[in-house]
Amino acid sequence: MHNATLKSLSVSLAARAFSSVELTRHFVNRINRLNPKYNCFITLDAERSLEQAEAADRMRSAGRAQPLTGIPIAQKDIFCAQGWLTTCGSKILSNFTSPYDAHVVERLNAAGAVTLGKTNMDEFAMGSSSETSYYGPVRNPWDVDKVPGGSSGGSAAAVAARLAPGAIGTDTGGSIRQPAALSGICGLKPTYGVVSRYGMIAFASSLDQGGPMARSAEDLALLLNVMAGFDPRDSTSLEREHEDYTRELGKPLKGLKIGLPQEFFAAGAAPGVVKAVEAAVAEFRKIGAETVEVSLPNMKLSVPVYYVLAPAEASSNLARYDGVRYGYRAPEYSDLMDMYRKTRSHGFGPEVKRRILIGTYVLSHGYYDAYYIQAQRVRSLIARDFAEVFKRCDVIMGPTSPTTAFRIGEKMGDPVQMYLNDIYTIPANLAGLPGLSIPCGSDATGLPVGLQIVGNYFAEAKMLGIAHQYQLATDWHLRIPPGCEA
Amino acid sequence: MALTLEDVKRVADLARIAIDEAEARAVLSQLNDVFKLIAEMQAVDTRGVAPMSHALDVVQRLREDSVTESDRHVLFQSVAPQVESGLYLVPKVLE
Repeated sequence: MHNATLKSLSVSLAARAFSSVELTRHFVNRINRLNPKYNCFITLDAERSLEQAEAADRMRSAGRAQPLTGIPIAQKDIFCAQGWLTTCGSKILSNFTSPYDAHVVERLNAAGAVTLGKTNMDEFAMGSSSETSYYGPVRNPWDVDKVPGGSSGGSAAAVAARLAPGAIGTDTGGSIRQPAALSGICGLKPTYGVVSRYGMIAFASSLDQGGPMARSAEDLALLLNVMAGFDPRDSTSLEREHEDYTRELGKPLKGLKIGLPQEFFAAGAAPGVVKAVEAAVAEFRKIGAETVEVSLPNMKLSVPVYYVLAPAEASSNLARYDGVRYGYRAPEYSDLMDMYRKTRSHGFGPEVKRRILIGTYVLSHGYYDAYYIQAQRVRSLIARDFAEVFKRCDVIMGPTSPTTAFRIGEKMGDPVQMYLNDIYTIPANLAGLPGLSIPCGSDATGLPVGLQIVGNYFAEAKMLGIAHQYQLATDWHLRIPPGCEA
Repeated sequence: MALTLEDVKRVADLARIAIDEAEARAVLSQLNDVFKLIAEMQAVDTRGVAPMSHALDVVQRLREDSVTESDRHVLFQSVAPQVESGLYLVPKVLE
């Protein structure tokens, strides 16, 4: 059951092969047994999950079942879920039971999905390894001494270890795609504005996007169908015609033009990663695509641009954590200012504090033009590079991450080293473009490698179709981490 | 642009984060590493380039000036550290 795709579970539930209660209980038991090994989940509530499963079974009996009805989904602990502890991986929200549901959670609930639990993550989504969590690091199911990637590492590891058939995550600089790559699963960051940010705890508002994580492109499409859509409560949510993201899954690849940016293949990526990605590209050529060399000349500026914009926006978004209205408040303080300072110093971890300080500095008087505005201008240049490239190809491909999963603790001493992990994923966030990572091989030590596909605005259905065709011809997405089979 | 210890203390104060001397020194060298990374971006000639804050050509959505929310303060204050008579309690601000 735990090895089945979300799609096949949906079909089985419809055929009454088993009930949602049985399915949910199966995953709950697996989680109890295996979660201590990987630390994917921060909060579990089997009773609640089973209640939702019962409701889903009733929905089915009443003839109102939808594709996701009865399917248990793991939710990154960044999505507010009513009545659930919602911590964002931080001490400062370690006592916060959300009074409301995020838009995405409302949509999953309305579709009859079951909340399997709240997954572990880098604190406030700031990280590429899921090591900065107040609740301890997440371990990669492929090798427990290695990171699963971040910040949606708990969601990625849960799906990889078959503790959940699908999960939701968020991506600000690569936080869905990179953990998907390092954990050997599929993850999609939609075009900015497609998935509502209401109730999705804010990190960098002009970059944050929620998206699906699962083991196949088809599963991503089923999840995205439920997650996407206009929400007036998110000021940047886009009002568009409803889309069925499964509509191009069966489309043959013949004639597809794949752009290969030279900057994605220049020195910097590990040889094992390059080899697997080149093999994947060769496979695409075999199934009917053509490739063309392209260039994104300003790509290398993505990391510095991001590390000005994201911390700046974060410093503003995290100003709300002051111990006044919710969350952790320092137990002792002499006056109001002392209360703010102690609450925030004790409540935030070192990476979060670092980024708030960077952000505060770049927004401060005298520096705003030199840093923040300059970064927004360079951002335009990066977006323009993509616009030029998409005149010559349909999608872009390359490695999702320069390395496979690294050792827990290896990069924690050097923030800049950690930041450079995001070099291939950040550009899509800056431009607002959709990005997808799918497994395409492994390195010499057996660790998964992810292939990134970046499309033009609103090209999600096309990208998922392309990935699906690749997954019909290959089986990288079906590989199981050792110890997770039974 | 290298930061000084004074800069770190100033921004920590602005951000309402307490930071002692030892922490400030540790953070200073890390922040300077990040600013070395950012220096490359500083050097780019962006004259004539408009700053980009949104991917697409959109404007702030407006709505009718009518009441659409209900008073849910009891629910929202149920998670507050200290509340009394619908007010959030904090240490005295004015002497």
